[in-house]
Amino acid sequence: MAQQQIKQTILAMNGDEAIAYAVKQCDVDVVAAYPITPQTIIVEKFSEYVANGEVQTQYVCTESEHSAITACIAAGATGARTFTASASAGLALMHEMLFVTSGARVPVVLAVANRALSAPLNIHGDHSDSMAERDSGWLHIYAENAQEAYDSIIQAFKIAEDVDVSLPIFIGVDGFTISHTLERVDTLPEDVVRRFIGTRSFPMVLTHEGKTVPFKLDPANPMTMGPNALQNFYYEFKRQQEEGMRNAYKKIQEVNSEYAKLSGRSYGNGLIDPYKLDDAEIAIIVIGSTAGTLKVIVDQLRTEGIKAGILRIRTFRPFPVDEIKNALRNLKAVAVMDKSMSPGGLGAAVFSEVRNALYDAAHRPIIVSYIFGLGGRDSSPNDLRRIYDDLARIAKSGQAEKTVTYFGLRE
Amino acid sequence: MSTQEWKFTAKDIAAKPDLFLSGHRACAGCGPATVLRLIMKATRGPTIVTQATGCMEIVGSIYPYTSWALPWLHTAFETAAANASGIEAALKIMRKKGKIKDEHVDVIALAGDGGTYDIGLQALSGAVERGHDFLFVLYDNEGYMNTGIQRSSSTPIGASTTTSPAGSVIPGKLEKKKPITDIMLAHGMEYVATATPYYWKDLLSKVRKGLEVDGPAFLHVFSPCPRGWRSEPAKTMEYSKLAVESCVFPLWEAVNGNRQLSTPSKVIALAPQKKKSLKDYLEGQGRFRHLFTPQNNHIVDEIQQATDERWQKLLRQCQTSQP
Repeated sequence: MAQQQIKQTILAMNGDEAIAYAVKQCDVDVVAAYPITPQTIIVEKFSEYVANGEVQTQYVCTESEHSAITACIAAGATGARTFTASASAGLALMHEMLFVTSGARVPVVLAVANRALSAPLNIHGDHSDSMAERDSGWLHIYAENAQEAYDSIIQAFKIAEDVDVSLPIFIGVDGFTISHTLERVDTLPEDVVRRFIGTRSFPMVLTHEGKTVPFKLDPANPMTMGPNALQNFYYEFKRQQEEGMRNAYKKIQEVNSEYAKLSGRSYGNGLIDPYKLDDAEIAIIVIGSTAGTLKVIVDQLRTEGIKAGILRIRTFRPFPVDEIKNALRNLKAVAVMDKSMSPGGLGAAVFSEVRNALYDAAHRPIIVSYIFGLGGRDSSPNDLRRIYDDLARIAKSGQAEKTVTYFGLRE
Repeated sequence: MSTQEWKFTAKDIAAKPDLFLSGHRACAGCGPATVLRLIMKATRGPTIVTQATGCMEIVGSIYPYTSWALPWLHTAFETAAANASGIEAALKIMRKKGKIKDEHVDVIALAGDGGTYDIGLQALSGAVERGHDFLFVLYDNEGYMNTGIQRSSSTPIGASTTTSPAGSVIPGKLEKKKPITDIMLAHGMEYVATATPYYWKDLLSKVRKGLEVDGPAFLHVFSPCPRGWRSEPAKTMEYSKLAVESCVFPLWEAVNGNRQLSTPSKVIALAPQKKKSLKDYLEGQGRFRHLFTPQNNHIVDEIQQATDERWQKLLRQCQTSQP
């Protein structure tokens, strides 16, 4: 890793504060947001920065999440660097506009303090909200802790605003577990952050006047943005979005390496973050903060001679198919933990994606699904250890008794 | 705001290049298409337009063609005012930071009655409360015409639409038109006005005044729709005139809440004998045809009475707000 030349400042911040602090350093032009638990600290903190003149940002305190994301789309289309944050019902209210954001190729950065969806009403952490937006055309990155939340926000602007990507990006943090938990966060100097992301650049496009100009609303170069595309063009627009996703696949890895040189911190290759997986026979695949708890268990299992590992999926969109295939090539049994459900489906989002990715792999471990933590239900290290016990049994017998387990549930 | 009265002449209009260009796919006799073309004649400099989903959004932006000669953004149906908020916020801060040219850019949000009275009302109210500097133009053709003539909360009482059809039991829409300008005035807006394309000088002048306001301004433009109203395409301008003459849609403007009648309506206020009967306005429109039957005749009388009462109320409001 890196030569630690840049002096970093250690701050005690929870995940939400770390996000607000990163946004402050990124010289964002427009923040449009609406408060919702557990995202509120982000907008509160940022409002303080605005009130104290610590940022040059136009803060638009909208009347709904729908208008928050819409104002970000419009501001982004006008050329501004934009940020918003939401969770749960707020993200669901944005649903319609999330597709517009990606379709219009506006690189909005959105922090999601992941929270359960109603009903019943529940303000606590799970991944139901952002998993429901899986196909909205946004890049999805999930952080493991407050430090990664801070780092990922900075990286997010560089990834999303890359002209070959030009797609919006979610940075997910587990509600309360990350959003409200005080941690040590190493922060870069503001000028270093700003140099790292640079100013926003724009793809060059051909207008109806026959001019090639930056893709934004500009009275000097009139452009029709958000047109109506019929059967003859709509499909090509959507296919181009997929091209942006493919480019993001590379860009996320590049930015992860560049950032490592700067800060000394990296998260796997940016897409996946394996832990003691090289010689592992059994492993858990998971997203978010649970990976931190699992590390404690894996360390303990290793002292007992059990070859256990973790594969944390950091980037869920674009989904790192090849990396996952490669990472699981020597494993015997794998459990995929999902903090969301797909009622009526087989397992949930992450499980389906992983199994799908491995269908044509030369070697396929046995893969089982564990649904857990819905509505913020806690899973203690002792609880989670039972999953590795199950995996050891499956690896030994060569078969799983059941595909889907509702973990930590009264049944 | 500036108290300057803008006088537009036919010469001015002819001299200014169109910004809403021909070749769009609006129907013959489309009121809103004329309205958009006229509005764009009153712009005063660099301008960005944003538009809600609807007939006028569809007809002018079918990729790879466009009718818009200025920067234009569409995102969704309920979002015209939120778009304007984002554009204005971006322009303001980027100008301050020197990221764009240091010049004022006007922002115009366009929406039909569906995108204003109904699905867009929340975003509009929010944007106005926040005080963004933009002109919101409502082109009101009294229904969801783009999706096939369904009723909106702007559709007048008695009108037959595909979701308020005149049946053997129910005689068209039973509910009154929502008083949208009262709602906007209640926000304490600096400029709220009504207009119609027949009185085009009045319309252009009001667009310009709305743009001059340093903050949100609201313009309600009455825009006949031959398809939705089952009226003759050639009579769009006639209905734009009759609506004013019958006091169904009086013309006025309110600067800082002070409502004043505009000339075409003031003429009627001063010479009430010039006021046309409601029947003259309703009769040629297919959407009201079922009212002219013996069993429904009373509805015409009721609408006439309600129209008269609204007109009297407006006269009182304009008197009491005399400077």
